Amino acid sequence: MDFEYTEEQLMIQQAARDYAQRELIKDVIERDTKAEFPTEHIKNLAELGFLGMLVDPKYDGGGMDTISYVLAMEEISKIDAAVSVIMSVQNSLVCYGIEAYGTEEQKEKYLRPLARGEKLGAYLLSEPEAGSDATKQRTTAEDKGDYYLVNGTKNWITNANSASIYLVAVQTHPEKGHRGINTLIVEKDSPGISLGPHEDKMGMRSSDTHSVMFTDVKVPKENRIGEDGFGFKFAMKTLEGGRIGIASQALGIASGAFELALKYSKERKAFGTEIFNHQAIAFKLSDMAVKIEAARFFCLKAAWLKDNGKPYGTASAMAKQYAADIAMEVTTEAVQIHGGYGYVKEYHVERLMREAKLTQIYEGTSEVQKIIISRSLLK
Amino acid sequence: MKIAICLGSVPDTTTKVKFTNNNTEFDTTGVQWVINPWDELSLTRALELKEDTSAGIEKVSVINVGERGTEPTIRKALAIGADDAIRIDAIPKDAYFIAAQIAEVIKKEGFDIVLCGIESSDYNGASVGGMLAEFLNFPSVSAVSKLEIENGKVKFNRDIDGGKEIVISQIPVVAIVQKGISKEPRIPSMRGIMMARKKPLNVVPAIETDALTEFVSFEMPTSKGKCKLVDSENVKELVELLHNEAKVI
Repeated sequence: MDFEYTEEQLMIQQAARDYAQRELIKDVIERDTKAEFPTEHIKNLAELGFLGMLVDPKYDGGGMDTISYVLAMEEISKIDAAVSVIMSVQNSLVCYGIEAYGTEEQKEKYLRPLARGEKLGAYLLSEPEAGSDATKQRTTAEDKGDYYLVNGTKNWITNANSASIYLVAVQTHPEKGHRGINTLIVEKDSPGISLGPHEDKMGMRSSDTHSVMFTDVKVPKENRIGEDGFGFKFAMKTLEGGRIGIASQALGIASGAFELALKYSKERKAFGTEIFNHQAIAFKLSDMAVKIEAARFFCLKAAWLKDNGKPYGTASAMAKQYAADIAMEVTTEAVQIHGGYGYVKEYHVERLMREAKLTQIYEGTSEVQKIIISRSLLK
Repeated sequence: MKIAICLGSVPDTTTKVKFTNNNTEFDTTGVQWVINPWDELSLTRALELKEDTSAGIEKVSVINVGERGTEPTIRKALAIGADDAIRIDAIPKDAYFIAAQIAEVIKKEGFDIVLCGIESSDYNGASVGGMLAEFLNFPSVSAVSKLEIENGKVKFNRDIDGGKEIVISQIPVVAIVQKGISKEPRIPSMRGIMMARKKPLNVVPAIETDALTEFVSFEMPTSKGKCKLVDSENVKELVELLHNEAKVI
């Protein structure tokens, strides 16, 4: 067992840290307040290669391993989880999905611009009545010979407005239940697609989340990913990897809040000494540090399994559930350590606490992770 | 034209400084090493010049004096965009030793512009650049805050007391650069990190040279005493403390 990072992994971690601490920090509060999409940052991160970092260089990606991805996600999320969720959806859902299961033509046409970060992608799975139970897809795709006719509504779609390439889960054979689900690559500017209003979210406010409506949208047959009926398996497989991204995001939110709380505790004085010298605060920080370290091990273990071609579904569910839950706990304590200052925007921790909450909800709630983990115990 | 960047590997600025061996050596345990900030800015400027095709720069190389442990720092420079690197395999002893080693490589490889950071952020010797120019018998320009190439010559801005001095030099030249030479260091891209794997990092043996100086000992600054607060009403106590305890009046 080797706990050393490679030189390249450290270089990527440092590059992500430098970008976050130098650039993202400058306008993160303003963007969060105004719910403004980080257009310029996404362009810069694309140039640095963070939007297609896991994709094989032969498709213009960075060719980096999942460990590097965890490290980069943690660093970006310490400062701005709205940016890191864009990065996570792009890398672990959209790019991975097409690279792992797409045809050569699909990779040439869609994966290349995604890997270069010239185009953003979105994964449209959730529906108004199909969240945790993804088998209940109501968006239909009627087989019309050489194309599908898509109708329905998707909800809570990250990158809905900024993306130009959608991966859409659709029901093609309602009688087959979840075995009738497919995934289609849909270009956002196809006629018949419209967006609901920008969701006014509690956290991660500068990522663009909308519902997306499909009305008689024609999608060429060659845009289906995998065999007919592969859509549900596709969802489960891509989400396994997506969970490593969100787990690392939760880890970053927690460690970002921890770093701020630790710094504050060494500066702020109460009862004649720095508050770190009060056991009530020192023990909080100690508990936070332990939880963060454990979450980091979970994330890296799942990443290591993926990099080594071993099954990682349960490990990524454990990482996601644990990291999300401790992100909520750690950020809440970070606000507590900051006292009144923690409750105002200037000190960042209140935003991190709002961001942490979403990690327990999206890409599988903490409860869904427990379903996955407990089912694996039965096997 | 070919540019050489003299690249130092220094402890990250957040390092907690400790000494060993009877306070004669810096304790490197747990230290994270980074490119000396002034050298990183020099590298950025060199790359900007290379990208501007009118400047006529064919190659940007980095030269480091250090043991194998400095290679991650060197490779970062390659990831940022340097074309190749030379590591002179030696423990850097003092400025004279370093300058002599680098001079030897520059004589062999033939560079037109040699950029040295004004100092290293660890030992702050601020001596290598000048010594290097002497060894090479090149002109040197210090405190350079702007560097441009015009008609095959190098134009420098130097910060001087109360203003700026514009200097034009023939090549080859040694420039000792400071803040302002470029805005901020570049962040390596994934592509750069990947390409760094394949770029040449040549290791050459050091030449026989004695250091002229040695470290006798390092001392940490004495910690400040505790601050005593005296109520503004209590002038008598303040005077007594200043007289008897602080002994300043």
